[in-house]
Amino acid sequence: MIRLERRPQPSRLWSYLTPVIAVIVTMIAGGLLFAALGKNPVEAIRTIFWNPLFGEFAFYYRPQLLVKAAPLVLIAIGLSLGFRAGIWNIGAEGQYIVGALCGAGVGLAFHPTESVLIFPLMVIAGGLGGWAWAMIPGLLKVRFGTNEILVSLMLVYVAEQLLASMALGLMKNPEGHGFPGSRNLSDYASATSWIDQDIGLHWGMAAAFIAVILAYVLLNRHILGFNIRLSGEAPRAAKFSGVAPARLILFCLGTSGALAGLAGMFEVAGPSGQVSIDFNVGYGFTAIIVAFLGRLHPVGILLAGLLMALTYIGGEMAQSNLGLPAAAIQVFQGMLLFFLLALDVLTHFRIRLSARRTA
Amino acid sequence: MTGTLLRIEGLTKAYPGVVANDDVSFDIAEKEIHALLGENGAGKSTLVKMIYGLVKPDSGTMTWRAEPFTPADPRAARAAGVGMVFQHFSLFNALNVAENVALGMENPPPMRDLAARIRDVSETYGLPLDPFRTVGDLSAGERQRVEIIRCLLQDPKLLIMDEPTSVLTPQEVEILFETLRKLRAEGTSILYISHKLEEIRALCDAATILRLGKNVGTCVPSDTTARDMAEMMVGGTLQTPTRTARDDGDVVLDVTGLSLKPANPFGTTLKNLHFTVRAGEILGLGGVAGNGQDELLAALSGEALTEKNAIKVRGESIGHLGPNARRARGILAAPEERLGHAAAPDMDLSENALLTGAIRKSLTSRGFVNWPAARDFADEIISAFDVRTPGHHVAARALSGGNLQKFVIGREILQDPDVLVVNQPTWGVDASAAADIRQALLDLAARGTAILCISQDLDELMEISDRFGALNEGRLSDIRPVSELSIEEVGLMMGGAHGMEVAHIHEEEQEAGA
Amino acid sequence: MDLSAINPVLLIASLMVAATPLLLASVGELVVERSGVLNLGVEGMMITGAICGFAISVETGSPFTGFLAAMGGGALLSLLFAFLTQFALANQVASGLALTLFGLGLSALMGQGYVGIKPPATPRLDIPLLSDIPVLGRILFSHDLVLYFGIALTAVVWVLLKYTRVGLILRAVGENHDAAHALGFSVVGVRVVAIMFGGACAGLGGAYISLIRVPQWTEGMTAGIGWIALALVVFASWKPWRVLLGAYLFGGISVLQLNLQAAGIAIPVEYLAMSPYIVTILVLVSLSADKSRAPASLGRIFHASQ
Repeated sequence: MIRLERRPQPSRLWSYLTPVIAVIVTMIAGGLLFAALGKNPVEAIRTIFWNPLFGEFAFYYRPQLLVKAAPLVLIAIGLSLGFRAGIWNIGAEGQYIVGALCGAGVGLAFHPTESVLIFPLMVIAGGLGGWAWAMIPGLLKVRFGTNEILVSLMLVYVAEQLLASMALGLMKNPEGHGFPGSRNLSDYASATSWIDQDIGLHWGMAAAFIAVILAYVLLNRHILGFNIRLSGEAPRAAKFSGVAPARLILFCLGTSGALAGLAGMFEVAGPSGQVSIDFNVGYGFTAIIVAFLGRLHPVGILLAGLLMALTYIGGEMAQSNLGLPAAAIQVFQGMLLFFLLALDVLTHFRIRLSARRTA
Repeated sequence: MTGTLLRIEGLTKAYPGVVANDDVSFDIAEKEIHALLGENGAGKSTLVKMIYGLVKPDSGTMTWRAEPFTPADPRAARAAGVGMVFQHFSLFNALNVAENVALGMENPPPMRDLAARIRDVSETYGLPLDPFRTVGDLSAGERQRVEIIRCLLQDPKLLIMDEPTSVLTPQEVEILFETLRKLRAEGTSILYISHKLEEIRALCDAATILRLGKNVGTCVPSDTTARDMAEMMVGGTLQTPTRTARDDGDVVLDVTGLSLKPANPFGTTLKNLHFTVRAGEILGLGGVAGNGQDELLAALSGEALTEKNAIKVRGESIGHLGPNARRARGILAAPEERLGHAAAPDMDLSENALLTGAIRKSLTSRGFVNWPAARDFADEIISAFDVRTPGHHVAARALSGGNLQKFVIGREILQDPDVLVVNQPTWGVDASAAADIRQALLDLAARGTAILCISQDLDELMEISDRFGALNEGRLSDIRPVSELSIEEVGLMMGGAHGMEVAHIHEEEQEAGA
Repeated sequence: MDLSAINPVLLIASLMVAATPLLLASVGELVVERSGVLNLGVEGMMITGAICGFAISVETGSPFTGFLAAMGGGALLSLLFAFLTQFALANQVASGLALTLFGLGLSALMGQGYVGIKPPATPRLDIPLLSDIPVLGRILFSHDLVLYFGIALTAVVWVLLKYTRVGLILRAVGENHDAAHALGFSVVGVRVVAIMFGGACAGLGGAYISLIRVPQWTEGMTAGIGWIALALVVFASWKPWRVLLGAYLFGGISVLQLNLQAAGIAIPVEYLAMSPYIVTILVLVSLSADKSRAPASLGRIFHASQ
């Protein structure tokens, strides 16, 4: 008989080990899945995890890794703060879209003026846009006790419609010959988030690194970070300690919204370039996996973001080289979260095989 | 008395790091009220869980009327004739009385018949209950009635009662004892778990005493002094707290017209409370659980905000201030629930020291935490209050109840409060830790702190407080000096018998039972 | 704009069709939540049910087999959630999200070969006599079997929860799992069964979308209906009949906005398409004040320690 026995305190060792084991188990299960789809599992895994880093065309793919990881890390850092406090913002995708729309809106409004002030203004607008979108579930939760999970998620669908409306209407490129989508911001020197497009460096990456460092300091050195952790682990104790739950909710949702908004803004002004109907590709949802895979720890999230970016790039390679369906990568990412959650039990519990001695 | 109902031989049950029961043997006779006596952590709960089928023994046997008894689960135990009234009620707040009773029965009759039977039994045993009331709205005493009736409807041969009087007023205790004696007369054996010696002497026919999981002796309670039983239970002599005479200080805490709506739907509303606490004084507030204790603590700690002038500390109105602002003004609190309220279970002791110590111990500067200082504070608490733990890096959850409670109370005392509010300071704590905590409170008062001690343990309140008041349905009784009070008066202050009545036995039943 | 193009008879009849997936998923989730478990994976289970039902009915030519397969698919997926939350004691919110993310991917993978195919038609159940009643007959008595099954299921769940011992035990487990355990009930057992029931219902609801409401297969076609179903349970204060009411209300809104789109109303299409989601938020806001009916153990992890 298998029994779970609570550890006197969470195991540090296992909390580091579980993400690694989860990745390995996912590779095995993923290999089986690819085999079931009629692909060579070893080759598929190699294509996804090895070739982008060390393969023939690695020089092209390596910078891509940062391009994909930046938004994931930026969003996941924000989400992790709330997740630690038991505040579930799962509408980052919506905040990402609205941040992009606000940032792009500012940029497009100034077109074709050139000024060093335009990009900073776009950054502010992007952050504010995401922040405002996340404040909707925040204020509703604080004021009416509304469930933030459902509201933030509903707002993703609203944001997607808003995006469609903008791409087809207000922000449509007047010189676009009637095609949907805005002007290309990456061609607009004052508005682009590229630092150097040739080596694939943009400001979103810098922002992601800064977010990682600030989040680390916040969680480990600052009383606000302590309060966030406390609220997640023991809400009543947090209230007793003097944490005002309403302020914490607004802080966590606001911060995660602002970071998601920034991610969207850097994306629309750089790698994506324009406001288009299919601008959002699910970073807001994948970031949830990144946050958990990184154990809600800033450094962990950085590593997890890079890994997840790898599966995106490797997945695209496998798609073109091996004909592996795009959805297979989505399944792969979902499995990763499953295994992680399942293995996490080992951090808090010991597994005992008990032979029942009968009298 | 006729033969043995349940024989327990060599029961052993070990959990990682602790042997809860070690080779325990004793007999419960038919028609006997058998006391199981022991401190918190002595293994009483584990033992009864084995009898009730919730826990499987590692070794040892149980024999029920000469048949082997190995209940696989509570249902099997119930089918054999074991009924159990839990200490922490196993009731469902949102369901009504009849539904709660039905859940404890194997084959409950249709609701309407069941309701009639509940009315019937409850009247026979002097435990009036409306079967269609929602349990969450009942008082603690009434909830206990639900549990007892749930058992009685099963016609048990053995009724297990786990600390039943901890939620009753002295008057209600007397009535409960009448009920139990009547049950005995009708042929039911009762296993009565308690650490209250006088109760056991008044009620029980035999007693088994557990210490650290071992059976350390049996006795006939009416022939044994309370002191002897206490020494068997604790395994040594206990120091009774010493108190020094004190002068009347100034009024430090002044509560005037405090009213508060509860945060949760089944909470108690505080209704117009008035009291003062002077420097160097301990005001004890008694009362049965669920009569506003938690709400009062929340109102004083700042977790619940009240009208500004309802609470004053040294003349300053603080009713509208949150916990940290109150700490800054010298009013500290220690809630009842250690894990999850007073302390965060998965956080280590230095983090838990920071939890309330940040303000008065200056553990932060410009919002940044000074971790070395927090660790020093934790170490200071650990050494000053003899908290048994490997160090400040240990999670709060890993400490025993007594040690964690010493840490929690010590954390507040070392912050040098002007006013300290404690709720159930020694609840679920072993006797030596309880004695330490009471002594620490007395010492703190001697240094001039005004202390409000909310507790359901009347002995504790009589021992340490200067004045006594009781909470009853969110209202506060008059406050009287402890030295002038008798136990009957205390009971009346706590609300008397709360509508309970003495079990009335119909003449014909009595004859049939005789 | 031509509002006369909207036929009220058709509107109400299609409202009932639009409401059915929502009703099925919500009733399932209601049972799950009443047992004290919050499964946020409804969307994932629905979309999995949608493709399972679609694929099997295309392969077998029998919509009925398809619906059965959808229930099986949803229940099977929910078993993953049950394993995570009841045995590995994982956080229910995270596990539910994982289920949705996984389900969306899995369904997309499974549906590769089914894009652009028409499924076999589900026969309508023209109830003799009743369906001949003018207007009303067309509205109420001329639908497919699954639609009536949804209504019947609501009634069954209501009776089950309110009047039976099984329902009482389920509510007890959701209310206070420690007490239920102390009385000897299998908390995990009850919850696993409830979770699988919820999965089967969500799967059926998903298949209703892909086989009847749309009917075809596209990736992500549930478009948030699973999430609205979760909101609906809150809206309904965990009461079956109010779920029915809510489902019809939402069905009405989504049908109405589609009709308005078709009628060419002056409001841009995108803003009309937002409306069901915005209404969901508004409804959540107006009903969130009363949390007292929520099962007390909802979302809490149960571990019998000793």
